[in-house]
Amino acid sequence: MMHQATSRTDPADAFIERLTDCGAFPLRASGIDILQLNITRRCNLSCKHCHVQAGPRRTEMMSRETMTRCIEVAGTEEISTIDITGGTPEMHQDLEWLIIKLAALKKRLIVRSNLLVMLEPAYRRYLDVFAANKVELVGSLPDCNAEKSDRQRGVGTFERVLQAIGELNQRSYGVPGSGLRLHLVHNPVGAYLPGPQAALEAEYRRLLGDRHGLSFNTLFCLVNTPIGRYLDYLKRSGNLSDYMRALQCAFNPQTVTSVMCRTTLSVGWDGRLYDCDFNQMLNLTVNSGAPDHIEAFDYARLAGREIMVRSHCFACTAGAGSSCQGALKT
Amino acid sequence: MNETYYERRDLEDFPHIGEYAPEPGAKFFEYYATATSAGKLTAREKALIALAVATVRHCPYCIDAYTNKCLSLGVGNDEMMEAVHVGAALVAGDTLAHATQMRKIIKQKEM
Ligand code: SF4
Ligand code: SF4
Repeated sequence: MMHQATSRTDPADAFIERLTDCGAFPLRASGIDILQLNITRRCNLSCKHCHVQAGPRRTEMMSRETMTRCIEVAGTEEISTIDITGGTPEMHQDLEWLIIKLAALKKRLIVRSNLLVMLEPAYRRYLDVFAANKVELVGSLPDCNAEKSDRQRGVGTFERVLQAIGELNQRSYGVPGSGLRLHLVHNPVGAYLPGPQAALEAEYRRLLGDRHGLSFNTLFCLVNTPIGRYLDYLKRSGNLSDYMRALQCAFNPQTVTSVMCRTTLSVGWDGRLYDCDFNQMLNLTVNSGAPDHIEAFDYARLAGREIMVRSHCFACTAGAGSSCQGALKT
Repeated sequence: MNETYYERRDLEDFPHIGEYAPEPGAKFFEYYATATSAGKLTAREKALIALAVATVRHCPYCIDAYTNKCLSLGVGNDEMMEAVHVGAALVAGDTLAHATQMRKIIKQKEM
């Protein structure tokens, strides 16, 4: 039987049908383990796949006031991880202040970075700020082939990321046993799905490790979500319907219970609350029944909220599944 | 009319080819999965072999499936093309090797 959709979910959506088929609709959060803060949409790059549509001309920045409220919320006992993202977090003038405050909570603290920004003189200090505060770094490197990676992010970016990894390795980042963790993110450079994470990680290690003497902890494989600039690319290149079909064919019911929105709360630069960073870019705030601004944060009401699912969610349930921490089933 | 024997969407039907004969179908899929997944050879190596065979066999479905698989596994375009050349060279070699029969007959028949 088709469930009654809430006023803000589209019953015609194919994803809802799949969830219904496997008895998982409505999809509900099962707590808040990760608080993800998207503090800016500014970035020094303009990658072709960017779901945030970030770039140098974006001006959105989280205010100190909102950050202060986020720090209070991050202290909530159930929240174990704070995940700072953007845009490029380093380009937010208050990042260092925010890191110092959050590090004091002694929780897992992640910053998502394009890494190469830290080679610019204005942001170099972050190489040391991150290390001093034991920040876990998640750096994007779409492909371990220079030409492919550069096609997505701009000429010369691959070389610069490698240089930044080298600098981080010198500070013991990515060196097993050092306690300073550096993960890399792979995402397909085109309209196809990523292969098995373990196989790709081995390939990254072979190319980065054996050829360049660089090390990292884990490779996260992400499926490109069909929104933002990636959606524009799919439309422009005539790949949209094929890609959506590929995602739907790869739907894996076993990933449904572990999709990241079930344990994540995403905060936008303006303090609004979302189920994930993708919904944030679509302006889909959390379900109308739950508070949708950090000022009104209420763990009990948000922890079991109904997730706002749409067809882009197929990217999270394809194959081994996909999340900000890579594949869901490895 | 826009009908062809080979349609891209037919590839999506591949999981259902066991229809009408489920037992051998299931056995085939078990064998297929074992033969094509990583063993002593890596998933990449097997995907490249499959791609070469698919092009040699002119199978549009397999070419589609294994080109995508190679991309997914981070196989370079140059590596894929090298694999296709192995297939092409084997086909050429196999053709020329069969000329031995022709040459033998010529030598037998000519005065
Ligand atoms: S993908 Fe990351 S590095 Fe690239 S434009 Fe977007 S935010 Fe910047
Ligand atoms: S896109 Fe967001 S809401 Fe949809 S399944 Fe993925 S994490 Fe959940």
